[in-house]
Amino acid sequence: MTDLIASTLTQGFIYALLSYGVYITYSVLDFPDLTVDSSFPLGAAVTAVLLLRGVDPWLTLVCAAAAGALAGLCTGLIHVKLGVRDLLAGIITMTALSSINLLIAGSNLTIERAVDTIFVSAPVMAVLGGLTLTGRKLVVALVLALVVKLVLDLYFRTKSGLLLRAVGDNATLVTTLAKNKGNMKILGVVISNALVALCGGVLCQEQRSYSAVMGIGQVVFGLATVIIGVSLIRFFAGSRVSCRMGKIPVLRFLASPKGTTAVLLGSILYKFCIQIAISVGLPANMLKFITAVLFLLVLVAAGRKGEEIIHA
Amino acid sequence: MLEIRNMTKTYNPGTVTELKLFQGFDLTVPDGQFISIVGSNGSGKTSLLNILCGSIPLDSGDVLIDGKSIRRQKDFQRYASIGRVYQNPSLGTCPSLTMLENLSLADNKGKKFGLGFGVNKKRVDFYRDQLSGLGLGLEDKLDVKMGSLSGGQRQAVALLMATMTPLKFLILDEHTAALDPKTAETIMALTGKVVKEKNLTALMVTHNLRYALEYGDRLLMLDRGKIVVDKAGEEKAAMTADQILTTFGQLSMQ
Repeated sequence: MTDLIASTLTQGFIYALLSYGVYITYSVLDFPDLTVDSSFPLGAAVTAVLLLRGVDPWLTLVCAAAAGALAGLCTGLIHVKLGVRDLLAGIITMTALSSINLLIAGSNLTIERAVDTIFVSAPVMAVLGGLTLTGRKLVVALVLALVVKLVLDLYFRTKSGLLLRAVGDNATLVTTLAKNKGNMKILGVVISNALVALCGGVLCQEQRSYSAVMGIGQVVFGLATVIIGVSLIRFFAGSRVSCRMGKIPVLRFLASPKGTTAVLLGSILYKFCIQIAISVGLPANMLKFITAVLFLLVLVAAGRKGEEIIHA
Repeated sequence: MLEIRNMTKTYNPGTVTELKLFQGFDLTVPDGQFISIVGSNGSGKTSLLNILCGSIPLDSGDVLIDGKSIRRQKDFQRYASIGRVYQNPSLGTCPSLTMLENLSLADNKGKKFGLGFGVNKKRVDFYRDQLSGLGLGLEDKLDVKMGSLSGGQRQAVALLMATMTPLKFLILDEHTAALDPKTAETIMALTGKVVKEKNLTALMVTHNLRYALEYGDRLLMLDRGKIVVDKAGEEKAAMTADQILTTFGQLSMQ
């Protein structure tokens, strides 16, 4: 039982990386980006191939993120420079990428035990050597999820980050600030897909496998986590507890949680929901079905049908 | 100096809804002039502003600033020297950012948007000072999200943001039309003050004839893409709202 909870939490933390990415495009930029379904396996493909060639596991993640950034760049350029609608631009890259993924890593790859992953890499063993593999996976995933979250939070407070938020909020203002809104959109889609591919890479190392179809339904998962997280936080921010916490200086930062915190929680919650569905006996083949149904439930329960969730 | 030379613009060319708006339109605006532009709906006022700012392309002719053509410049490049306030108060600010973040963005116009902190704490006093000048009690609301302010408050901040950094031209597109009379009065007074203080060249489209007469040193009336009234200086000062209304009436009779 403890193991099951630990591994579900690990999944939640790893997938939070993807949720951050979807949060940036869908919520901050107001850009429904479908590239995710292919940039996710792209990250896994790059990681798997490089791992099998003996590249350092941490370095493979950097490469995965870079590959994802490139995929995002394609979508961004197709949308901004060629004037294709955002949704279609994502679909075009997604479709093209699925062939590239097959080209890079075939349809399936297994990372055998002899190959070191980040979870058994020297720096991790030096610090967490006393833990079991499950424990190490949990801690590494948690640290990754938190570090990326903090970096993103910091970025959103920079000049560039403010401008990125402004593009999704009011693109006209960005133009009157004498800035090219198209370039900011491209930047956002690049960062987003870098995170999504990073997530694919970490997951590939965690489960020691890559599959070309692992990207199916990831957009839906990402959107669901964003919507769950953001709805929960809106609910919380309007509650008495939040109001009371706002009055206590030490707790004030907890009173109005950030969007990244929201999607981190959303990701963990979602993974638990799916785990529960499987535990009560739903066959694993029905996983995507459950993902979709759960997403629908979340949309209806949130009462917004996903329309007003942007700009959390 | 701002010049528009021999501008033509046709909407929906080659269709039944074809509209030849401007056919050889000329306008010269000397530096520091404050022009009020009036005219009925569809007379080309907003099109004129949009063409100047590069939001819509012109078919032929040229737009020059100090003798240099800006026709090939993209809209965001032109805004390097232009500030603009829209009719819709929500277009001038970001609703989900706080007022402080909005002002910080505007304060950074013309500089690099890099990885430095977006909000400069040292500037907060300056922002407070500017806000208290508005007289709307906004100086204590720096951490409030822009979206939760009223239209008038947002428009006041939008005007502040549009004129915060050095600029040459101020474009006002019916910027008081969506406000209640009292707030509109405040915003207009503020506009007049800013234009004078910063010695800006301003183009203001308005449906309020009183503002058109009271503010600015030149008045243009447009009708179907042509300038039908162009009065400056003392000629303008001598005009009355009745005269403008009479001209309006004559035009709509034709």
